[in-house]
Amino acid sequence: MHCVIEVRRIYTHVETIRHEFGPPPSAPLMRGFAAAVLTNPFAGRYVENILPMMEALNPTGLDMAKRLLAAMMVPLERIEGYGKGAIVGAAGELEHGAVWHVPGGYAMRELLGWKGKARAHAAGDGVATTGQIANALAIVPSTKKVAPPGAALDVPLTHINAIYVRSHFDAIECRVAGAPAADEIVFFLAMSTGARIHARVGGLKAAEISKWDGLR
Amino acid sequence: MAANIRKIIVQVDEIHREMGRAVSPPTRRALAMAVIENPYAGNYSENLDELIAVGEELGALLGKRCVEALGIPPRDAQSYGKAAIVGEGGELEHAAAILHPTLGGSLRNAVEKGAALVPSAKKRGTLGTAIDVPLGHKDAAFVRSHFDAMEARVSDAPRANEIVVAIVVTDSGRPLARVGGLQAHEIKGEDGLR
Repeated sequence: MHCVIEVRRIYTHVETIRHEFGPPPSAPLMRGFAAAVLTNPFAGRYVENILPMMEALNPTGLDMAKRLLAAMMVPLERIEGYGKGAIVGAAGELEHGAVWHVPGGYAMRELLGWKGKARAHAAGDGVATTGQIANALAIVPSTKKVAPPGAALDVPLTHINAIYVRSHFDAIECRVAGAPAADEIVFFLAMSTGARIHARVGGLKAAEISKWDGLR
Repeated sequence: MAANIRKIIVQVDEIHREMGRAVSPPTRRALAMAVIENPYAGNYSENLDELIAVGEELGALLGKRCVEALGIPPRDAQSYGKAAIVGEGGELEHAAAILHPTLGGSLRNAVEKGAALVPSAKKRGTLGTAIDVPLGHKDAAFVRSHFDAMEARVSDAPRANEIVVAIVVTDSGRPLARVGGLQAHEIKGEDGLR
């Protein structure tokens, strides 16, 4: 089966957080998301094989990851957290949102150096001194739901190399006014440049990552 | 005194297809918002000069952020609008102090020209309150294809002692606009109306 991806709308959102009533950090925290509003090719009926859409979404995923990075106007090396999500319109089913797991997650990880090619990894000392085998080693956390136009989705964010880094547990509210219509899906990618603003509840720190297994 | 800015948010909305038809080139609207402390929250102040000064600062800052986000030369901006949401500790007049005396002037510098009134909206609200920022063509208010609005909202603002200030700049009108009226290519752009 051939699956054509029809992108109706692209939305980017970038926040620069200077403080939350505490002492402002030296560099503000940046968080952002990119959203693609797509026609849902499976709306209104049950389709058994939805896997072709997963494959067809690969270029969309990479394009969104690049757009998000461009909108954040920071170098690749500054991205420390990520997440992804989907909102399926009323004529679709939750499983349609699940096709995003592979193309959305791997698009960001590829851009950030999962295969060990990113500048972030190349610029460092690499395996020799730190044991870091690549960048973007951690699973990309996600959430999804079926909802009406304008619905908000809280997309979880975690550290790109070790999901147990406590300072980077965060979430960003993602929302596109007017979408998704019943026959649409909104796919989200989210990134951040660091820890929560004023993070101070202990736990594993980013500087303490040592196993490079995506966890710690 | 410079605004105490807690956060700045910039959004870009690109519409590529509508009702199954291509929108070519895509319409693009940029929204920039600042969440600021309201220096007059909780007290009646006859004089609102601090917020009037903040209006000038934010008109320039947010106008520039919109133009940058669109990636266009300032003169290519086509329509604009402004709005403010005042937290519960403030009054509607605080929004007026930011929006009306000085913000328009510095916004016009950011988009070059701007003969027309900058359409505006204001309300009192709480965290996550949405406001629809009205839009009009920047040089001729009667251009019908550019009457539009963009929803602005910050999930964690305004706190009671805060104000959300929003500016929208576009490089286009509505997608598939087709209800007639004055067209953008017909304007003189001198009196701000036609």
